[in-house]
Amino acid sequence: MTTIDATARPTGFLRDTASVFVRESRPLVRDPFSVIFSLVQPLVFLGLFGPLLIGASGGDAAGTLQWFVPGILVMVALFGTASTGANLLFEMQTGSHERTLVAPLSRSALLVGRALKEVVPLVIQGTIVVLVAVPFGFSLDVPGLVAGLAVLAVFGIGFGALSYTLALACRNRDWMFWMVHQTLLFPLMILSGMLLPLEDGPAWMQVAAAINPLSYIVGAERALLAGDFGAPAVIGGVIAAAVTCAIGVVVGVRAMKRAR
Amino acid sequence: MARKTAGMTNQMISAQGLTKTFPAKGKVVEAVRSVDLEVGAGELVAFLGPNGAGKSTTLRMLTTLLPPTSGDAIVAGSDIRRDPAGVRRRIGYVGQGSSGGHTQRVRDELHAQGSFYGMGRRETRARAAELIESLELGQVAGRQVQSLSGGQKRRLDIALGLIHRPELLFLDEPSTGLDPHSRANLWEHIVDLRRETGTTIFLTTHYLDEADQLAERVMVMDHGQVIADDTAWALKESLAGDRVSLTFETAADAAAAAARIGGAASGQVVTVTAPGGDRALPRYIRSLGDAGLDVTAATHRQPTLDDVFLALTGRTLREEAAHAEASAEPALA
Ligand SMILES: Nc1ncnc2c1ncn2[C@@H]1O[C@H](COP(=O)(O)OP(=O)(O)OP(=O)(O)O)[C@@H](O)[C@H]1O
Ligand SMILES: [Mg+2]
Repeated sequence: MTTIDATARPTGFLRDTASVFVRESRPLVRDPFSVIFSLVQPLVFLGLFGPLLIGASGGDAAGTLQWFVPGILVMVALFGTASTGANLLFEMQTGSHERTLVAPLSRSALLVGRALKEVVPLVIQGTIVVLVAVPFGFSLDVPGLVAGLAVLAVFGIGFGALSYTLALACRNRDWMFWMVHQTLLFPLMILSGMLLPLEDGPAWMQVAAAINPLSYIVGAERALLAGDFGAPAVIGGVIAAAVTCAIGVVVGVRAMKRAR
Repeated sequence: MARKTAGMTNQMISAQGLTKTFPAKGKVVEAVRSVDLEVGAGELVAFLGPNGAGKSTTLRMLTTLLPPTSGDAIVAGSDIRRDPAGVRRRIGYVGQGSSGGHTQRVRDELHAQGSFYGMGRRETRARAAELIESLELGQVAGRQVQSLSGGQKRRLDIALGLIHRPELLFLDEPSTGLDPHSRANLWEHIVDLRRETGTTIFLTTHYLDEADQLAERVMVMDHGQVIADDTAWALKESLAGDRVSLTFETAADAAAAAARIGGAASGQVVTVTAPGGDRALPRYIRSLGDAGLDVTAATHRQPTLDDVFLALTGRTLREEAAHAEASAEPALA
């Protein structure tokens, strides 16, 4: 064997992040159907909840979809990224996470590269949901969709990072990961006005919605997908997404640095 | 062979007073207690010990996965505390678990690993192809890791550990859980690797025969301490001696013979430990025959590392292994 000296060369944060991102994205590229498969749930919501909402609203299909589809987009982002920590949890149990810890990778890159990967399925899935709704009367505003997906992507990176943080905190205790996941997910979803309007709910629900960052994201998505860039809700959503992202990444990087 | 040497000396691992304690349910587990290690470039060292002896914990400190509670180590020329990144760049590590991501394809994992070590795209591809070939992973290179057999997974783990041609390779129980054929196969790969590249190899094992046949140097660990460190041959010679067993017509003869030669009688059989047992055997037969004690059968057995462990601790490794398997812990300790 010819021995070219191949002992590892120093890398930086950006290169490491790219390496981790590429590794995490590869299964999606190899098996794109998995991305579409996880769309079943949101599409079921769209298909079964949509007609009920249209019925309740007195038959204005287009108007109801305009209100409802952005909620489904947020749901896609929420569900997709909330459970992503389970992959890391599994890799911590098998030993493949340990392998990445022995490699000369920056700890921050291990988290950021993973969190950035969340954007890929999210954008694909969001686009599909919107395209499915168009024949039923949803009116598509392309710049609005792009902006809406961008806000969701920022939120998704942060929420994915939080899911990874939870996984790091729950190592060897899957049940705890899933318990926290289940306990938080549905209240977060319902108390954001994603599926049903909260305006007619009791006061406590409105208070809960007001402190739920997801409510602001939902509001911003409704405005953006309608092409209404100037709405005040947009600013609220952008801030909520940015704050989620910043907190997620900071907390996640700290957890990853302590991981072993 | 162009190979960068680590640091100024020829030492690959030099550790002083490595200690690791874990808090566990109010008590403190002393997993590793003040271990000193010196491993030179090119050595193949087997780290032998029962479950819970502290082998993995020692490896995890040397590979920068765990900070030591106290003590220091220079590994492949870098200090594990002050320059963990330098250590990581130079070493390969195959942990006790399985390193490949389950939903990843084999070749993709090798490519990812190359990029983790800062290798260029073309270089990574060439190296991955080389490892796929030499570790006989060609059939499964396009498959997901979760579909591989235990032996194939283990070969992938080794390929991942070797992608950057490390100067020093740590292997934590590389052959545990494999059938005898796969084990032999894996060992062939490890021995070839060492012969062809001069890589320093530090591995842990439960298998005595493995350590015995393949590593010239054996360290025995028990209760967090290294209790012996020498060549397998020297350990057996100095600690265990050869086993001679002699069978007699009657138990009474056996008891009389045991008294004469200082062995232990059990039924009609007497066992005695003697250095240079092959030469002692005819002597025993002659002198006991002269005394009217006729030997009807005789065997001479070279000591095993199990005998060494018994001599050192009063326990046998086999008992330990059986005990540990009965109270099986999850694979990752
Ligand atoms: N993270 C941890 N927290 C608490 N105790 C630990 C931890 N890791 C190891 N130990 C304890 O330290 C001791 C040494 O464990 P270690 O895994 O190093 O043993 P080992 O020699 O590798 O055993 P095996 O052959 O079973 O792999 C054991 O008593 C183990 O329970
Ligand atoms: Mg171990």
